[in-house]
Amino acid sequence: MNEKIEVDIKVPNQTRYLGLIGKIGEDIARTLKKYHGDREELAYHLNLVLTEAMANAICHANEGDPEKEVHVSISFADRVLNIKVYDQGQGFDVNALPAPDFQNLEEHGRGIYIIRTLMDRVTYEKYAHGNVLEMQKTLK
Amino acid sequence: MMLNIEEKGAVVLIEVKEERLDAHNSGELKSQMLSLFEEGKNDIVVALHDVRFVDSSGLGALVSGFKNASARNGNLKLCGLQSQVKSMFELTRLHRVFEIFPDTAEALASF
Repeated sequence: MNEKIEVDIKVPNQTRYLGLIGKIGEDIARTLKKYHGDREELAYHLNLVLTEAMANAICHANEGDPEKEVHVSISFADRVLNIKVYDQGQGFDVNALPAPDFQNLEEHGRGIYIIRTLMDRVTYEKYAHGNVLEMQKTLK
Repeated sequence: MMLNIEEKGAVVLIEVKEERLDAHNSGELKSQMLSLFEEGKNDIVVALHDVRFVDSSGLGALVSGFKNASARNGNLKLCGLQSQVKSMFELTRLHRVFEIFPDTAEALASF
């Protein structure tokens, strides 16, 4: 039987919920029926991309506004993991962000680089109430 | 955020007693280190034995500490990295920046 998973969760726009969402990513990695790679590595990576995408939505897109919320949707079907993080902000051009400057030691600017490195496809597009960061990865 | 801060001779040892070092709590680590620099304590070891997850904000706080220590002719060194945490430093190439030791005693003895 084809394994299908769908998780949909909304949390207030606060960093205290990062751990909760990251943990869901870890649990999905450990629960998948057929995965031939290193499960603990996948668990860390899903925790990480969810944490980075959410922190981006909370701190930058939603500008730390506690009245806003972040909506996260995780689905898995046909070996493809699809994660969407919806914000309620103005948005930014994910393609315009430069790779981190490895020569000069910067404090910021590694989040999107990490997501891009670990996922196969990353897009950031408008939807009715804000923007959605979509990340896809095929799991073998 | 749970931090144990202890003076070990001329070096300050900061033990991060958290499972996660992320965008939620890394600001506190950063401000604790800034307080130490303001007191003239510029040689620091950050022990990460309990930390099993670090994100880009956690790395950013450590980079901030490293840059501030270096600017004051001090140093910030790390110890006790779990394997997944260590792989984060490799992914972002920060393992070339920080001196990383397996345990606290070695890190303290290196000053």
